[in-house]
Amino acid sequence: MITGNALKAVLSAAFLFIASCGFNYETNVESGTRQGILHIGNGDEPRELDPHVVTGRIESDLCLALLEGLVGWHPEGKRLIPAAAKSWEQSEDARTYRFHLREDAKWSNGDPVTAADFVYSWRRALLPALGNNYAYMLYYIRNAERFHQGEITDFSQVGITAPDDLTLVVELENPTPFFLQLLTHMSYYPVHQATVEAFGAADERGTRWTRPGNHVGNGPFKLKEWVLNRSIVVEKNEHYWDAGTVKLNQIVFYPIQNATTEERMFRAGQLHITNNMPVDKIAHYRQERPGALKIFPFFSTYYYLFNTTATPLDQVKVRQALTMSIDRQQIVDKITKAGEIPAFSYTPPDTNGYTATAQVRYDLERARALLAEAGYPDGTGFPGLELMYNTSEGHRRIAIAIQQMWKTNLNIDVTLTNQDWKVYLDKRDGKDYQVARAGWIGDYLDPNTFLDMYTTSSGNNDTGWSHRRYDALIARAGATTDQDRRFALFQDAESILMTELPIMPIYTYVSKSLVSPDVRGWRPNILDIHPFKYISLVPSADELSADDLSADDLSADDLSADDAD
Amino acid sequence: MFKFILKRLLQAIPVLLLVSIITFLLIHAAPGGPFAEEKAVPPEVLKHLNERYKLDQPVHVQFYDYISHAVRGDLGPSFKYPGRSVNEIIAAGFPVTLELGCYALLFALLIGIGSGVCASLNPNTWQDYLPMTFATIGICLPAYVLGPLLVLVFGIWLEWLPVAGWELIPGDKILPSITLGSVYAAYVARLSRGGMLETLSRDFIRTARAKGMPEAVIIVRHAMRVGLLPVVSFLGPALAGLLSGSFVVETIFQVPGLGRYFVQGAFNRDYTLILGTTLLFASLIIVFNLIADVMLAWLDPKVRQETVHG
Amino acid sequence: MAEPGANRTPVNAGAMRISTSPRQDAWRRLKKNKAAMFGLAVLAVLAVLSLLAPWITPYSYSAQDLELGPSPPSPEHWLGSDLFGRDLLTRMLYGSRISLAVGFIATAVALFIGVSWGATAGYLGGRVDTIMMRIVDVLYALPFTIFIILLMVVFGSNIILLFLAIGAVEWLTMARIVRGQVLHVKQKDFVEAAVSLGLSRFQIIRKHVIPNIMGTVIVYATLTVPNVILLESFLSFLGLGIQPPQSSWGLLISYGVETMEEYPWLLIFPATVLSVTLFSLNFLGDGLRDALSER
Repeated sequence: MITGNALKAVLSAAFLFIASCGFNYETNVESGTRQGILHIGNGDEPRELDPHVVTGRIESDLCLALLEGLVGWHPEGKRLIPAAAKSWEQSEDARTYRFHLREDAKWSNGDPVTAADFVYSWRRALLPALGNNYAYMLYYIRNAERFHQGEITDFSQVGITAPDDLTLVVELENPTPFFLQLLTHMSYYPVHQATVEAFGAADERGTRWTRPGNHVGNGPFKLKEWVLNRSIVVEKNEHYWDAGTVKLNQIVFYPIQNATTEERMFRAGQLHITNNMPVDKIAHYRQERPGALKIFPFFSTYYYLFNTTATPLDQVKVRQALTMSIDRQQIVDKITKAGEIPAFSYTPPDTNGYTATAQVRYDLERARALLAEAGYPDGTGFPGLELMYNTSEGHRRIAIAIQQMWKTNLNIDVTLTNQDWKVYLDKRDGKDYQVARAGWIGDYLDPNTFLDMYTTSSGNNDTGWSHRRYDALIARAGATTDQDRRFALFQDAESILMTELPIMPIYTYVSKSLVSPDVRGWRPNILDIHPFKYISLVPSADELSADDLSADDLSADDLSADDAD
Repeated sequence: MFKFILKRLLQAIPVLLLVSIITFLLIHAAPGGPFAEEKAVPPEVLKHLNERYKLDQPVHVQFYDYISHAVRGDLGPSFKYPGRSVNEIIAAGFPVTLELGCYALLFALLIGIGSGVCASLNPNTWQDYLPMTFATIGICLPAYVLGPLLVLVFGIWLEWLPVAGWELIPGDKILPSITLGSVYAAYVARLSRGGMLETLSRDFIRTARAKGMPEAVIIVRHAMRVGLLPVVSFLGPALAGLLSGSFVVETIFQVPGLGRYFVQGAFNRDYTLILGTTLLFASLIIVFNLIADVMLAWLDPKVRQETVHG
Repeated sequence: MAEPGANRTPVNAGAMRISTSPRQDAWRRLKKNKAAMFGLAVLAVLAVLSLLAPWITPYSYSAQDLELGPSPPSPEHWLGSDLFGRDLLTRMLYGSRISLAVGFIATAVALFIGVSWGATAGYLGGRVDTIMMRIVDVLYALPFTIFIILLMVVFGSNIILLFLAIGAVEWLTMARIVRGQVLHVKQKDFVEAAVSLGLSRFQIIRKHVIPNIMGTVIVYATLTVPNVILLESFLSFLGLGIQPPQSSWGLLISYGVETMEEYPWLLIFPATVLSVTLFSLNFLGDGLRDALSER
């Protein structure tokens, strides 16, 4: 019995301990807003912070704080504004750009940012041994591709020159209407030569130059702390040319993978901004905290791939029947639930002024007729399909719904196979699948980033589909300067794609985030890019005015309201 | 005894070698390489990456290369994190996992022995049934159910404890430790109840009682020393399990430990990271089992005979 | 993942010495143990219900009603419906087929490998024993989480492999226990008598050694089944378990956890059934242990 009492004593002591250290702590959001420290969920541990080695969004968000390209996105994501370059001119033939750098632009160690820095950095991005997966983003520059492939080794033949410290001249292979947009991409960011080479050769991956204490950048923030898998802290860079605009003192990035965990941390006041949000919580937030929920169309399409090299999917009519028999509206309303937009073409609607003319339809009668014409009336004799997706709750749900739709509407039996990410990629790449889930995020605001994927020579075309006229149209659009003519060519190409259907568009993604009302200057946009230099923190109790908030959220809230009913 | 330990440690060498061979072959047999990405990797980039990480060489050469570095303590560079060596990742993650595991074990022992002993003193009364029911529930609730439930109650509804993190906010270590430890608490409770029940019915306890020793002394000094032997032999595998099995808890609570790397390394085909963590955990399993055996022998002369000669 | 370490725990070895008394004795003692009989009854009921599933509910486990979506328990759907409007009761009934099958078949696989391995090693002794037990040591040292994940990744996830993979992990402890028991039994008089009668080693193992260690084995097996069911649920949590639209308790629970605040019934009912089953198996295991151990 004595032990029993002792046990009780221990338990109550433990309980008191728990209670005492738990009660009344100031939340991250409260203390952060007070001190100008932004706490933000960043999805995962970044692989690296080297802009020429990494490719993901996690890394690109961090690089956005630490580095700055020649031009940048306006916080609303609709137009480009000068960044490291204060101005630029374009030649008559649209093949040469001349950038003028800022005199007052400095690296975080005080060194001036010069045109030579950009020449060095872009050369580094193209060095074959560095293994830069995004080197092709620079291929629009004259001879860049040949240099990267090792066909030429003399960099002076590549169209990048610095006539003086503050002037950078870039010559392109073709007139590329979206070239300025490319400059916002991290593969065009500059790196500090002396720092990089203090820790290894220019083309050495993963040296220690990106560690706190070593890292030198030209962005609005500088690297303060990087604890593996726990957090990355950046602080305001006093040497930044536009330091006056920067309101935040620090940003703390947390590598939170699990969206449910992230949402709980947001709810408990541990985060100002989340990277994602669990779909099942959306309805609750719409009702209880609509101001915190930020949902906005995202420049990205969710779709399925058909392997066109094997029966029965080598038949266009089968692919058409499958595409016509899924109810996209129901999928976005009942499954994805965040107000995604049903996609009837591959490119998202209104891509920088471009909208597809050809669209797929939801038409069950026609779908059944097509299936019968293909030789499978009412699904009889249809060999059955295997639908592959990479392991994820969201993909699983969509696959289950589509499996049922094809069963009910076409009487086709579909088996689902989820694969872990690498197996999925391997099977997709080897065309060892029938139907596979896919998603594509546009690299820049132009239909080309979507449509050139399905040319015959594209490394990203995993469907086995090949169409000579399609290839020709995309090639012609690439050589055309006039935007209207380009778009017309893309529309023709896309109507081929939407008739032949090697891919089945399902919906246009939305970006989903939770944002504390303390956060100002965070504007939803189609690229889901949120430059940190414009973000500030104001305790939501002393809001300036209600208008200020609603102006920020107008479009997002409109959208959510439409989709709620 | 010293010879016994030495012998076991020497036996561990071929065991570890075989473990690394099996893991190496399995991971190389897994489809998809470490550098595959959603956006197609240009062949020339892939070629350079494979050269850099020596993946273009025959498997036995790669293995020899790996092992010859590993015995010198160099576990190679991580494939997914270009700037990190596996040693660095382990050095950052393992202390956290170890700390979490130790708290969880402490919790398991405190609650488990407490309730198990309490139950054994009053068998078949409510003081027995209540703790044992809780113990059984502990076994039945997987960590991925218990964790979110605890967070919901203590983090969200009561707002007593942080919902996630590790060394970010005071008190954020409590919930992950409890979640990880609860299953083991349940096992410890069952083991200690069984062991104590058996011991309390033995002659030497009766003798001690007849001599008029205080009950507390009998229980603590005599009965528990023998009755908790099963718990001691459980400690080795338990600690090993706690350390290599903390993945779910680390994910739910955003703990920067090694468990997440361990599981994700497999999914990312981060060959060196997987091999490094597997070797680490295999060594730990061997060492903890050895420690448990040694402790058992030290506490129980009868087992000592069997251990040394068996 | 907290379970795996526990999987490998030899159950309270001290209390597992078995008696050689007739089985009727043990059965009589077991029948007196109310908790164990309750456990047995629950398992029997569950097994019958899962077999009769098509006649119990009018719904199919895969039929969706997206318009309905997740709905709380109602006269139409006694336990509510899931995100796709599928009847939860139906999915639980069909899920219990898979969970129970995984539990029992994987345990049987483990039992088969473990008993043959352990009995052979223990009986033959000497160098064979050393080699066989070293192999067990190697596999023991292999962190099992990664082992299973790699197996599932290399060979693709299908249900047969799931049985085999889980069985392959669970047999190690079984082999060790059985070997110990065999060493113990080997010294007994009746085995020596059999040797002197000129029976072959295989016959002796099969006819005399194995029957004498079955008590221990049965007890361990009842405690393995819950571990295996939990293991399946962990693999489902990782996305390596069974494929939709099929269901298992583990799968239902791992989805239920995601939405436990919005649609609590999706977690509560499957978790309750799983807990009751595991309770029952534990009660039954304890009861068997008590009934078979000498007092």
